[in-house]
Amino acid sequence: MEKIVFYILALIMIVAAIASVTSRQMLRSVIYLLFVLIGVAGIYFLIDYNFLAAVQLTVYAGGIIVLVIFSVLLVHHIEMELEMAKLSKKLITGLVCLIGLGVFLSVIYSTNFNVVENSKTTDVSDIGMGLLSYGAGGFILPFEVISILLLAAMIGAIIIGKGDKLTKNDDTL
Amino acid sequence: MIAGISIYEIFTLTSILFFIGIYGFITRKNLISILISLELILNASAINFVIINKYLYPDVLQGVFFSIFIIAVAAAETALAVAIIINLYRQISSVEVKDTEIMKY
Repeated sequence: MEKIVFYILALIMIVAAIASVTSRQMLRSVIYLLFVLIGVAGIYFLIDYNFLAAVQLTVYAGGIIVLVIFSVLLVHHIEMELEMAKLSKKLITGLVCLIGLGVFLSVIYSTNFNVVENSKTTDVSDIGMGLLSYGAGGFILPFEVISILLLAAMIGAIIIGKGDKLTKNDDTL
Repeated sequence: MIAGISIYEIFTLTSILFFIGIYGFITRKNLISILISLELILNASAINFVIINKYLYPDVLQGVFFSIFIIAVAAAETALAVAIIINLYRQISSVEVKDTEIMKY
């Protein structure tokens, strides 16, 4: 049962990803990306990391996709078709990507992984305790750093997005 | 872990996603499309962290933490990139890569 669900998810994700990088209409490409991100959340659900799946759905599917759709609507006409790369460039890039994929897969399939059989479920409280503990293996410092980074990025986005209005206001004050 | 699915199949899936992202990153000529390809690449690597955590080291949670950090950094990066793109569009009325010259040097 889980096997069938995984194969269906994988098929949807690959088809949507290919459609997302080849579609000539901007908005459709964003919606295909949304399918890929929901598929990723489905894989997190399948391996029992429910908290991570919820974060993936809210941050990616709820936040980033909406942000990108807003920018597409502000910047493009809906019917505008994208300029595509030349056919020769596409073929060369596709070939290089296939060669890279072959290298990756040959390395992966020749490696022997020590897979540990388990069926543990992780509670959200475990993740919270791990993030906030300052003992061995705790992640309190990266947690604080990432919160500062998010704050700085949001302030920077507001200042850049406002453009030169801020400096004009400074002159009049 | 997923019953009946080996770690190799999941790595195959993430490798394919990663290289589709690389393909889009190189062939697209539009800043927002490049951003979309970047999201594909970041997601493929985040799945890898979680899968290695679950299949090889199920007793610790390090892969989950790194995946959460990747998601947070991706959110910050997308917000900044969208702000830059909109500001650029105000000044040169285009988001094509070949028209973007005022931010060089």
